[in-house]
Order: sequence, then structure tokens, then C-alpha cells
Amino acid sequence: MLLIKCPVCGVEGEECDFHYGGQAHIARPASTDPENISNEQQRDYLFMRHNPKGLHFERWRCDRGCGKWFHAARDTTTHEFKAYYGITELPPKQLMQQATGSWAEYFADKIK
Amino acid sequence: MSGKPYRLPLQNGIGRRVDQTKPVSFSFDGKQMQGLAGDTLASALLANGQRIMARSFKYHRPRSLISLGSEEPNAIVGIGEGAAHEPNIRAGQVELFEGLVAKSQNRWPSLDFDIGILNDMFSRFMPSGFYYKTFMWPASFWYKVYEPVIRYAAGLGVAPDNRDQDIYEQIHVDCDVLVAGAGVAGIAAAEAAAISGQRVIICDENPYFGGQADISTGMIEDKPQIDWVREKTAFLADHENVQVLNRTTVTGAYAHNYLLALQQVSDHDPEMIANGAPRHRLWKIRAAKVIMATGAIERSLTFANNDRPGIMLSGAARGLVERYGVAPGLTGSIFTTNDDGYRTALSLKQAGVGVARIIDCRQQTESEAVNAAIAAGIEVQFEAAISNVETSRGGKSIEAVKVAPYQKNRGRVTDETRIACDFVAVAGGFNPVVNLWCHNGGKLKFDSGLSSFVPDSHHDNIVAVGSANGAMDLATCIDQGYAAGETSKFKRPKTSTVKEAKAESLWFSPASGSDNEGIHHFIDFQHDVKASDLELAQREGYESVEHTKRYTTLGMATDQGKNSNINAMAVIALATGKKLEQVGTTTFRPPYTPISFGAIAGTSAGKLFHPVRETSVYGWHLKNTNVFEPVGDWRRPYCYPKPGESKQDAINREILNVRENVGILDASTLGKIEIKGPDAAKLLDLVYSNMFSTLKVGHCRYGLMLNELGFISDDGVTARLAEDHFLIHTTSGASDRIAAWLEEWLQTEWFDLDVFVTPVTEQWAQFAIAGPNARKVLEHMGTDIDLSLPFMTMASGNIGGFPVRLFRISFSGELSYELATPAGYGQSLWDAIMTAGSKFDIGVYGTEALHVLRAEKGFIVVGDETDGTVTPHDVGMSWAVSRKKPDFIGKRSLQQPFLAAEGRKQLVGLYTIDPDEVLPDGAHAVREVKQSPPMQTIGHVTSSYWSPTLKRSIAMALIENGRARMGETISFQLEDRTVKAEIVDPVFYDKQGDRQNV
Ligand SMILES: [Zn+2]
Repeated sequence: MLLIKCPVCGVEGEECDFHYGGQAHIARPASTDPENISNEQQRDYLFMRHNPKGLHFERWRCDRGCGKWFHAARDTTTHEFKAYYGITELPPKQLMQQATGSWAEYFADKIK
Repeated sequence: MSGKPYRLPLQNGIGRRVDQTKPVSFSFDGKQMQGLAGDTLASALLANGQRIMARSFKYHRPRSLISLGSEEPNAIVGIGEGAAHEPNIRAGQVELFEGLVAKSQNRWPSLDFDIGILNDMFSRFMPSGFYYKTFMWPASFWYKVYEPVIRYAAGLGVAPDNRDQDIYEQIHVDCDVLVAGAGVAGIAAAEAAAISGQRVIICDENPYFGGQADISTGMIEDKPQIDWVREKTAFLADHENVQVLNRTTVTGAYAHNYLLALQQVSDHDPEMIANGAPRHRLWKIRAAKVIMATGAIERSLTFANNDRPGIMLSGAARGLVERYGVAPGLTGSIFTTNDDGYRTALSLKQAGVGVARIIDCRQQTESEAVNAAIAAGIEVQFEAAISNVETSRGGKSIEAVKVAPYQKNRGRVTDETRIACDFVAVAGGFNPVVNLWCHNGGKLKFDSGLSSFVPDSHHDNIVAVGSANGAMDLATCIDQGYAAGETSKFKRPKTSTVKEAKAESLWFSPASGSDNEGIHHFIDFQHDVKASDLELAQREGYESVEHTKRYTTLGMATDQGKNSNINAMAVIALATGKKLEQVGTTTFRPPYTPISFGAIAGTSAGKLFHPVRETSVYGWHLKNTNVFEPVGDWRRPYCYPKPGESKQDAINREILNVRENVGILDASTLGKIEIKGPDAAKLLDLVYSNMFSTLKVGHCRYGLMLNELGFISDDGVTARLAEDHFLIHTTSGASDRIAAWLEEWLQTEWFDLDVFVTPVTEQWAQFAIAGPNARKVLEHMGTDIDLSLPFMTMASGNIGGFPVRLFRISFSGELSYELATPAGYGQSLWDAIMTAGSKFDIGVYGTEALHVLRAEKGFIVVGDETDGTVTPHDVGMSWAVSRKKPDFIGKRSLQQPFLAAEGRKQLVGLYTIDPDEVLPDGAHAVREVKQSPPMQTIGHVTSSYWSPTLKRSIAMALIENGRARMGETISFQLEDRTVKAEIVDPVFYDKQGDRQNV
């Protein structure tokens, strides 16, 4: 049972007071250019997910608190939360640098 | 056999826990017996000469206990009768009480004569993987022959036969330090933590604290360890920031130091239960720090017929004598790899129990314990091992052991000597109990001194102390305990222990003849896994221990292999030529010991199992029907049978009354969400597949919601209350999900939209009034609303003095209104409608009539006609998929090749050829009827009813290319017959909609 802290309202609670929302930072192709989306792009958007052993970036909702969605960086082997950040934000730069594998590729052009 | 010789004279510290002035009566397999207050069921049975306590799972070999603790694989019994019966309880942990009823398990017809013992004689034909290899074909044999026979003859206990009457509860707590295990190391840790001001919980699975202290020799402050334990236990119990929990097992460690502990509050005392105490309490603990002081359990030794009743762990033999004053037998042999066997031999001898010989696999060695045993006149044979066991009475009595010279890597035995004895104590070394360490991913390392695994690193704030950490010396145990608990340096007590000679490990004791193949060398006693099974699994390629485990069922019984794990890994290591540390262990999973279902449910049972959402007229429903169906968290009336009326007759009457007069339905459960803000229309255009920005104020429109995969997720009617204000309706079960779904999109994707989503389902009572007389009822009530408002429009005003929103919408195909009023007026408005409607023959109808009415009109129900893989095109609703909007949820996915392809199942109507035949829901249509399965399916029935309106059966189905097959007759293959039906249009009644547009 994870212990989670909501960065919006500040409440700390147990996993069952929150709702897991899967992988973070998935861009929805139709929100930018709905007319020009290849089948492969749409497939990847729907189904392809990172599955890292270690640092992962994911979405949570403060279900029984303020009801807001937020982002969290969590180590999938130790369950340690490394950071909580806003739903429209990127992770802290330091964590983007620590990311490995497909996450590292994703953040490559976002670390300025 | 008389029980007398087994209860020893209770003197000189023999039988410390029992009180010979307090006899206790109990029964075992219907036989009345007597024990003493302080006995466990196991000690009392042995005192009565009842050695056999169960039979093993696979071969039904007679078994007795080997241990006194939770690792016990053999002495598994059922306790209590009827609804209070609990199976799979370890007899060595059951505290005896007056009137206790116990039953042995895995025997049929009786413990003494068991038919399943035949399995033992044919054990050569039941190798590892037996279950996978044998019960394969034909499949029908599994249900009709194999499974019933296996369950009858074997099975792990019997489930209680009625509802559990006892009380269970749960408690949520947090603490600074949780100490799991109250041996000397755990007690030291708790004392240090308590004195440094931390909030401490200390748990132990046993009724008494101290672990093995009472049967160990070391001294603390010049006194026996047990005196120190008693003093410190009293101190902890009195300390205000310490919660002392005995009979409480920490069963699991989960992420972020969340732990479960099961407290057996009153299992030991029926009077407490009678006085209303809970039987079990499940503690849900969040600990800043966990101190794991779970101790170590003794290993058994692997030799031929090592499972025979009367062969037990050295510590168990000593414990029986010293704690309960019970002799394991008249004369015993001791088989040891370390000094513990000598301590037991001395303890037995001092209590007056015969010791035939100590058989020590080590080379001649000296230590205080060894010298003391020899000085006491006990015969010791070094460099020897037990090679077999001689029994009588079908393996139930031990007559003698066979002993052979032993050296490491020695092969088959050729020269055995016979030593007469009736029990054997085995001392195979110790395995730290590392389960809690591993539950959440702690690493282990191999300790060559112990020949076992000990805690290594862990990412959680958890420390292991004492023998759980591999420390076998008293001073180290206490030091580690204090070090883990203290925040500043704490004075250590003086300890003294005797120096021990080096221990050896012995993993397979050779035998003579074919027995040397390991066919009677038992490893996992409860699941009857032998050394030969593990070797066979290696030969058959199951090289990973995880594969071997599943193939042989090693460690998968109720004891979870506590006693067998390391012994098994060692045999696998021998078979594969690997080192033990290379083989590793299987995964340790919670719970450490079984948790009752009662404790898991806690108070969430019966009425508290799940909250029920109630509409404002729920009380009226309860008075007028007892037929309800669950819809989401609601319970909706299914129909309202009159006295003596069948459900089907009630449904038919309710439907016809809607078609002929007027009906009323409590539709308050319908999901209602208000969407308000400048971007309200924009949001709806994105979340519905059809267009809402063009909807005029005061008008209603049916809408379909898809998910991003393009599949139908929900549907309902939306009304535009104002330019920037909509009210959307969702299906009853989906109101919470859809509100959360809209919020998610607003917060995470379209966060620039200026709009609020407000669920208002419970704020409104809503009733459907449907039928030719609907308008007359409302007119009769009196209203300021023009009731001739057109179909799919709405108005606000007053009806019968109640403030209402009036919607001209229909789910029945009749002239229909839905009235919504603030929930507080719900019951009064309902009553007013019923009064006004009586003149027009108004009748209440339930959800089943609602469903038939809509099916007659061919309206889909999300969840019936759709199952999460159905698109709007599949159900013939392409008209609801906007071509104009550039984007809405699911739009792009509908164009994916696999959804746009030919040959998908499409919604059609069905007329069975025999109009009286109602197809079962879910029946499959087959491409071609064959003599026997398998037959290829081309689709299935999604809804099926008797239509009283049409006086025949109707059904809806999803059928491959269905719309192109109108008029075709297809076959539905049921279990006992084939039903033929014609594919028709799914709108069965009033295709033009004349009835609703009046
Ligand atoms: Zn929050």
C-alpha cells in the first residue's frame, strides 16, 4: 500500500485514496493535428507504453482529496516517489536527466 | 496403547506451562480425551498416546507433528463444528480449552484406516508432474471423475457449512517502530525503542513472549533467559507508548512499510467469544521503521522414511518435555548435525525419557553440550547418519532406526545397524525466518556458517535482528536488538552462553537399495514432495527453482514450505551439481501464515458489505416489491408482483399497461451531470461522437460517448438549459465513471477549456411517465407548462405545485415525459402522480418492463448490446458519428483498419421460428451445426425477451455481417437443442414512431 502525497492540496494518504492513471506524458495526436495521423501514430498513442525497471513517470488523481490529477516520478523497483509535479508540467530537470531507456529518449529534447 | 507413560511427572521445571490441577476435556475425531490447562492440542494428543494427527495430501501417509510452531506441515487439523469449523489449523499452536472439538484431515474413511494409502503403494506411478501428466483426457473426465474423487479422498480440510457467526474486526494504526517477533532480540529492540520515546508495537504469534528462550541454555544477568523475558515483557506491557500484542502474526510486509498483522483475539477462549469479543482482528499498520525479529526455524533432516510419525525436530521434542511435560515416546534416537541435538538428549534424559543414541554426522568433536551428554551416560555415535526407519502397523509405529557410517559424498549404504526406539529427534540446523524481509523485495545473501540465507540489503526502513538475521549467539541477538531499537547508546545486559562446536550440513542421508533414490526421502511433508521428485524435475528440464516448485507443488501447501524450502534447494543443488547459493530460493509471498476470510472481510459483511444508494422513493419501493436488481450501487425494483402473481406475469402486466394506459418508473438513478461555462458546448462536441454545439436551448438530443479506442462507452439524452449550460444524462451504473472521465479530460488534455462539470444525480428525483394517458395525468395535476411541447424538447415550471424540469423524451416508444424535481420533493411528487394517475389506470413498472419496452423499439442498452468492443457502426448508429467535427474522443480510432474492416458483427433483430421460444441471453449462433463441438460462432444474442405487446419472443443479436443477412435463418446451438431464428430489423414495434410523436 503506497503512501502518496498530493502536490495540489498537500494531503498525504494511502494508495486507495488515490487513483492510478497510467503512464504520464502521452501526447494525444488528435489534439494537435487530427487530419494527419498515421495508423502507426494512433496505434502507438493507444497501446505503446514504457515499462522501465526503475525510474518511471506516471499520472495519479487525488480521488478522495481535492480531485485533481497530478504527475509523479516513482521507482518501480523500490516504490519510492522521487517527485510530485503538476499535471501540465514536465518532471524536475534532474529526474529527466536520470531517466533511462525510452524515457531518456522522450526527454532528450526537453532538457534545456 | 495407554496414554499414561507419555505424561511425565511434572517436577523440576518439567511441564512449566501446564497445570496438573486443571484437567481439560476435549474431543478428537469424536473420541473424548483429557489434557491439562496450558496444553496445546498437539501436546494433549501426544499425552493421550494419539500420535497420528493427519494424513498427508497425496499419499495419505500417517503423520504426526514435527514442530511446535507455525512451520508445522503435518499436524494440520480442523477445529470447531458446523459454521464455526475452521480447517487447516496447526495442532501445535492450538491452545487447549474445555470442550474443544478437533478433527483430523485428509483421511477417508478414518484416520486409522485410509483408502488413500493405496496412493502410497502406487507412489512410483505418481511422479512429479503427476497431475499435469495424468488428468488430461478426455476433458469431461475431469469434472465427472477425477475432480470429485480427488476432492473426496484428499482435499485440504473441509470448509465450514454455514455462515460464520463470529465477529471480526480491523484496525488501522501507525507507529514509529513495529517489532515483529518477541524473542530476546525483539524484546531488546522494543525495550530500547520504548525507552527512547518511540511509539512501539511488538507482536508475536505465540501466546507467550520469549521465542525459544525457555528451552535455551544461555543466561542473562546470571539468570535463565526466560526470567529476563518475563521481566521485560511486564515492563513493555506497562509502558504507555508500547502496544504489546501476543497471538498476533505479522503476516505481510508491503510497500512503504505497510504491514498486516492477524491477532487471534479469542480463538483460545470460547468464553470471550460468548461475551462478544471478536475472534480475529486484522491490524493494518504503517510503521516508520520495522524491526524484524522473527527468529529461525529448525531444519528437518532428509533420510528414508523421515516422515514417519514420531520423527520430530529436536526443539519440538525438548519443548514438549519442558513446556508440557509430555514425552514424545518411551525411547528416542537423536539425529543431529550440531549441538542442539545434545541439548535435547540431555533434556529428555533429565525428564526420565529414554535416549537410545545420539547419531551425529560430524567427526568426533568436543563442546560443553557434547561432553555433558557423554558424561550423562548417553551413547554417542559420530560420523553416522540414520539411513532408514523401521515401522509397524502400516507405518504408524516406529520400531527402530537403521544407522550407517556417514561421510560427505558417500553413496549407497551397505552396512546398517539397528537401534530400537519409538521416536526420533532430528536437529538439522536453523533457517532464519526471512519471509517479511522478502515480501517487498529485500535481498538475501548466503551464510555458509548456517548453510542458509540471511537478510542482505533492503530499500525500506527495515532491519533484521537476532536469529532472523543469522545471529545464533545470545549476546549478539541482544546486541542487535538494542542497536536496532535505540536512538542513543543503551547499556547491554551481561550474558553467558556455552561455546558450541561447529555445525555441519547434511542434505541427503544415503540409504540402502532402491531407497537411496530418494523415493521415501520426504522434503515437503504436506504436499508429499520427495527428493526423487525434485531430481526427476531436474532431469525433465525444470531447472529454475520456480519451475521445479510449480511442477512438483513443492512449498505450495498451507505451510508454504517453511520447513522444506532450504532442504529442497539443497537437493536440487546436489542433483544439478550447483552450489546451494547458486540455486537460490523461491519467492516468499505473504501471508506468512493463513489469514481467515473473516478477518479479511472485517465488518464489511452483511449489510455493511457495500453501501446501497437509495433514491427518494426507495422506501416506497421496499413497501411495494421485494424483487430488486443491482444497478451500479443502486438496487432498482425489477418488477412489482401483486399477491400470487409470478414475476413474468407482473412484467407482462406492467408492459401492457404502459402500452395501453400509462406507467410510471423511478428513473432517479439515471446519471445527471451539469456542464456549465463558456466552453460547455465545445467540451460536449469533444466527448460525444455526435454534435451538441448546434443543439438549441430547450431542446434535447440523444448522444453516444466513445472511448479513445472508438468503442461505445455510454449513452444518454442531453438537454440544453441555456447557451452555456447543459444537463447530460448517463446510464445509471456509469454516472460516477463518466463524471470522473470528463474531469480527467478537462484537467489533463483540454485544461484551457472554461467549463465546470458537476455531478447532480442525487440532487434530483426523476420519474418517467409513459403511455397514451401520460399527458392526461399531468394535465389533471395542474401545470403552468404547455404540455403540447414537441418530442425532444424540455421546459421548466410547476406541476401539481412541484417545481420540475419536464423532458419530452421516451425510452419506451410511447408518449412519454420525464419529470425531475429536487430530491426532497421526490416522494411527495411520486404520491401526487399516483393519486392523479389512478383515474387513468397508472401502473408502476420496474427495470425489466423498461428493458422489454426499449427492446420492442430496438433501443440499445450500453452493457447489453455493447461490451466494450462495439462501435457505433456495429450497432447501426453511424448517424451518431459526426463527419463534420474534426475531432472527438474515438474518432481517429474508428478509422483504424481493424475497425473499418469488413466482417464485423452487426446489431440485428431476431424472430425465433417458434414464436414461443425465448432464446437465452448470450446464446451463440453457429456457422454450421455439427454433431458435437467445436462449432464456429458467428455472433451472439445480446438481449432476449418475451414481448407481451407482440405476443411472441424477440431478441437482439450481434451477428457477423448481420445487416446484409436480413431474412436469413440462422441456428443457435444450445446445450440440448438447436434453435432457429430469422434475422429481422431490430425495431420490432411502431417503426415510424407514431406513438411517441403525438
Ligand atoms: Zn489533492
